[in-house]
Amino acid sequence: MSDLSTREKIHPGTAPGEDIALEIVGDGDFATTDMTLSIGPAHPATHGVFRIVLELNGERITAARPVIGYMHRGFEKLAEYRDFRQIKALVNRHDWLSGFSNELGVALVVEKMLEMEVPDRAQWIRMLIAEWNRVLNHLMFVGSFALELGAITPMFYAFRERDEIQYLLEAATGGRLHFTYNQVGGLKLDLPKGFLAESVRLSKLTQERLPDYFDLVLGNEIFQARTVGVGPLPPEVALSFGVTGPTLQAAGVPEDSRVTEPYLKYDEVDVPVHLGENGDSFDRFACLLYRIQYSLHIIDQIHDHLPAGPVNTKLPKMVKAPEGAAYQRIENPLGQLGYWLESDGGRTPWRLKMRTPSFSNVQSIPYLLEGMLVPDAISVLGSVFFVVGDIDR
Amino acid sequence: MAATSPPGVGLLKGLGVTIKHLFKRPSTQMYPNERPDLPPRTRGVIALLEENCTVCMLCARECPDWCIYIDSHKETVPPAKEGGRARTRNMLDRFAIDFSLCMYCGICVEVCPFDALWWSPEFEYAEYDMDKLLHEKEKLREWADTVPPPPPLDEGALPVPEVAAAIDKVVKERELEEAKAEQAARDAELAQAAPAAAPAAAAAKAEEIHVEAGQIDQETFDALIAQGKSERMARAKAKAAYVKKEKARILAEQEAAAAAAPAAPKAEEIHVEAGQIDQETFDALIAEGKSERMARAKAKAAWVKKEKARIRAEQEAAAPAAEVAPAEVAPAEAAAVEAPPAAPAAEAAPARKLSDVHVEGSGEIDQETFDALIAEGKSERIARAKAKAAWIKKRKQEQLDAEGDA
Amino acid sequence: MNVELTASLSPAVFVPAPSAFDLDVAFGITVAIKVAFILALFLVVPLVVGYMEHKAMGRLQHRRGPVAAGPFGTLQLVADGIKFIQKEDVIPAAADRKVFALAPGLALVPAILVFLVLPFGPGVWAVDLELGLFYALAISSVSVLGVMMGGWASANKFSLIGGLRAGAQLIAYELPLILAAIAVAVQAGTLSLVGIVEAQATFTLPGTDLNLWFVFPQILGFVIFFLASLAELSRPPFDMPIADSELVFGYMTEYTGIKFAMYLLTEYAGMVSMSALMVVLYLGGWQLLPGVGLPGCEGAGGMFDCGWLGAIGGVVITLAKILILTFIMVWARVAYPRLREDQLQRLSWLVLVPLSLINLAVIAIAKVVVF
Repeated sequence: MSDLSTREKIHPGTAPGEDIALEIVGDGDFATTDMTLSIGPAHPATHGVFRIVLELNGERITAARPVIGYMHRGFEKLAEYRDFRQIKALVNRHDWLSGFSNELGVALVVEKMLEMEVPDRAQWIRMLIAEWNRVLNHLMFVGSFALELGAITPMFYAFRERDEIQYLLEAATGGRLHFTYNQVGGLKLDLPKGFLAESVRLSKLTQERLPDYFDLVLGNEIFQARTVGVGPLPPEVALSFGVTGPTLQAAGVPEDSRVTEPYLKYDEVDVPVHLGENGDSFDRFACLLYRIQYSLHIIDQIHDHLPAGPVNTKLPKMVKAPEGAAYQRIENPLGQLGYWLESDGGRTPWRLKMRTPSFSNVQSIPYLLEGMLVPDAISVLGSVFFVVGDIDR
Repeated sequence: MAATSPPGVGLLKGLGVTIKHLFKRPSTQMYPNERPDLPPRTRGVIALLEENCTVCMLCARECPDWCIYIDSHKETVPPAKEGGRARTRNMLDRFAIDFSLCMYCGICVEVCPFDALWWSPEFEYAEYDMDKLLHEKEKLREWADTVPPPPPLDEGALPVPEVAAAIDKVVKERELEEAKAEQAARDAELAQAAPAAAPAAAAAKAEEIHVEAGQIDQETFDALIAQGKSERMARAKAKAAYVKKEKARILAEQEAAAAAAPAAPKAEEIHVEAGQIDQETFDALIAEGKSERMARAKAKAAWVKKEKARIRAEQEAAAPAAEVAPAEVAPAEAAAVEAPPAAPAAEAAPARKLSDVHVEGSGEIDQETFDALIAEGKSERIARAKAKAAWIKKRKQEQLDAEGDA
Repeated sequence: MNVELTASLSPAVFVPAPSAFDLDVAFGITVAIKVAFILALFLVVPLVVGYMEHKAMGRLQHRRGPVAAGPFGTLQLVADGIKFIQKEDVIPAAADRKVFALAPGLALVPAILVFLVLPFGPGVWAVDLELGLFYALAISSVSVLGVMMGGWASANKFSLIGGLRAGAQLIAYELPLILAAIAVAVQAGTLSLVGIVEAQATFTLPGTDLNLWFVFPQILGFVIFFLASLAELSRPPFDMPIADSELVFGYMTEYTGIKFAMYLLTEYAGMVSMSALMVVLYLGGWQLLPGVGLPGCEGAGGMFDCGWLGAIGGVVITLAKILILTFIMVWARVAYPRLREDQLQRLSWLVLVPLSLINLAVIAIAKVVVF
């Protein structure tokens, strides 16, 4: 599983985190046996049914093997028996923290196949909600990563913010987690009155509160001691594993499909991307926090741009994608999400392949964990951002 | 970026951030004591307005996890008027939603063509047992009473035509009412100015009439809500409006009593409550492929028009009863009656087309056509509308054939 | 022979300060009263501290904390206790049943025994031992045996790692803890906790009449003692033996019901006894402010030989100080993530131990030269 040859190319003769190495009793007079520790499938650090089998020498990991599939729900197969309206309700459940982005991906790929013009207002509102969804998702990870390192408070602060944002989105979409607000060709309904004013207020409020996270977590010396230099992921390795999103940006790769392959109206707004330097846990977390800040920056721009007009297009009774195939990738909160849709012209897809960011991100875990201490493994698991449903699908 | 500040500052900042919150008001919402204020679009529970359900089964078929259970039977409804035909109608026996399966996607609410399913923000129906989450139509009907009115849309949104029309209508009615009330008040003042005419009558000024301000004026309330006012504001204004109206009404009554002069009842404009839709128009429009909403609006207008025409006709018939010859019946029927004795006449008019025969669309459908269309993959709605059209066509053909035979 | 010379050469004979419970009644009754007193303290004060922790944590985290059980949620811990009693007592099949059952008790008993020597107010102590400080530190570190036993007997790898971490942590932090305490004993000239309070009541800044607590000359020692006691109690940011996100719940993973509650009670009792020790060693015991005596008291610094009023006032002051110290512990828990085990060891051996040695040396020299 682990890619030793790649590692040795990059760090000849070393293991990550060697500077903090303790003396390990090896094969001598006092040989010890390795212990196998199974973290998960139900463990507080895996936030979901995800399992990692660790081979331990003392507290040092000699090998790590992620075991995935505990939450396989067969989304791709289910999608072959659902029409697009039903798929939309289905896909916002594989990564349950980015429901809106997921359904947006499906809507976009179907629109691509239909060569459909989506009204401007719908595109801007989609962007607005997608960015709020990104903030929601990242706040969750800010809280949970800090919690895994033992800081309990950021979780509560993050949930306070999340609750207000969820309330805002609920006013527009009716849902707090699974929004089902998109439809092929636009949105189900227009925004309710007062939504934008509230959105402006919340964006301001969250920006005011964001420094708290920088002070409480990012600037904390204990946090830095736990994350700086822990689990560095070099850009080549990250790319070879297909890692995307904040985890890749932390490695210094400026890849963000909002910038490199803009969809919706992202080419009309300023989309800053924060890049890390070392790709370690600290950089990954910093990227996450900065992405919140930049998403709020984008949200502010959307408030200024939002045009008036219709939010949906007239649809036939049954939306059918024409025969053929299309691929659409979007920047999901956790990384790049891609939907490859192949249709035989029927009311359901012939095949809907999902390229989910979490699945690719966890591929780097064996590489990252080898040679680490158990507490560092937690620091890595928390910062290689994944949602278990998104891995197993 | 990392540790640019002197060591220890980060630790102190952490203490600072947390202690800052010690003196803030906790953000906890005290849930069981304090009700959450949920937005109207909240997908809390699916409510069923049973009266609107036509057992079309669309919701049950579109549901991604098949959690809606519907049973029904057909029932023959006696004719509404003398000489009409009995109709069959689908009667709902069972409508149940298994909320342990439901994934709250809202597709059923979206597809319901007759607005029988609604989202309600009610959420407190958790159970200890999964079986108890299967809720029958009685329970679903109860939730229908908790459905809030939809929120007004953002300024940049395209207005929904019916809502805009409804708001216009309410505003106009209000203006009319206000004008009337003002007129009444002016009349009352005039009556006051002429004490000789009604010395016994109480000097009823608007100020002196006391009206208990307990009720609200529903119209005003609805209009204000539709304009996006807060509920409290709307209620207050509606109360004021109610008081005003009541006063105006009482004044008018008093005035009438004082004058004691029989006012010549004017031929009032015929007012028809626009609540129902004209099924024929609706079906026709649907068959033409109009949107349901549009069809409904037009059908409502058509119904009002028809009703007015009918009422006017009745009134006219009642007033000069003796003058109109009773033989004046609908020409088609007359022709049909007259046709048999006058054989040449029947020959002279062989070109009777289907369009000349009138058959009332009863809502029945032609099962064959329906099945065929469904088999072709048409949507149920289209199939039903077309099947209705087919049924009417067949009936007409039958009628024509009968005439031909005769 | 010169009496004075004898006194200065031979070790001073320790006369225990009398406890308020040493009444003129039968020995058995005195013992019963003292046991009742210790148990009452042991059961009530940790509950108060626990409630404070719940509430303070809530408010620091922008929420309310317990509100439902009792007025303002005051009975939350009582409700929790009742819940723990009702819970099923699960013992893992592979566990060493006897050791598993014994471990929480072994952790709990030393936590009770420490209360024996802690002075809470003028005369409000069970017994004034000559080796009071030694006794308190020695007995409080026995608790870790219970923790290690629990970790071993659970037959769970997470528990085992937790137990071993607890052992390593104890060894690392006992040293700075004791070195810091020795500096106090050197300055006070006694190991008796009551004696240390008395010494603080009479200690003045050299050359002036300004009464000072030991925290002022020994601020470094106080910080070391505070950090070391946090580590010894496995309180965040030094809670690696529990580390819920890594080790599930460390040595407590397999424990349920009343046994789990015993571990929890041990932790809160430990917070109280460690805070009480800090109050006695550094913060002047039941003295309100340096140089301020209690009403109706005589003795050294106006803090001994009090009536009921003085005794109650003293207890209130001590408890208030304990609450402030435990609040700081809670505050640190709320504000910080946890360290890694090796960072914790490094902090102890490379920072705290040298610093506490320096502190000891400075105090010892100052004791001879200045004080």
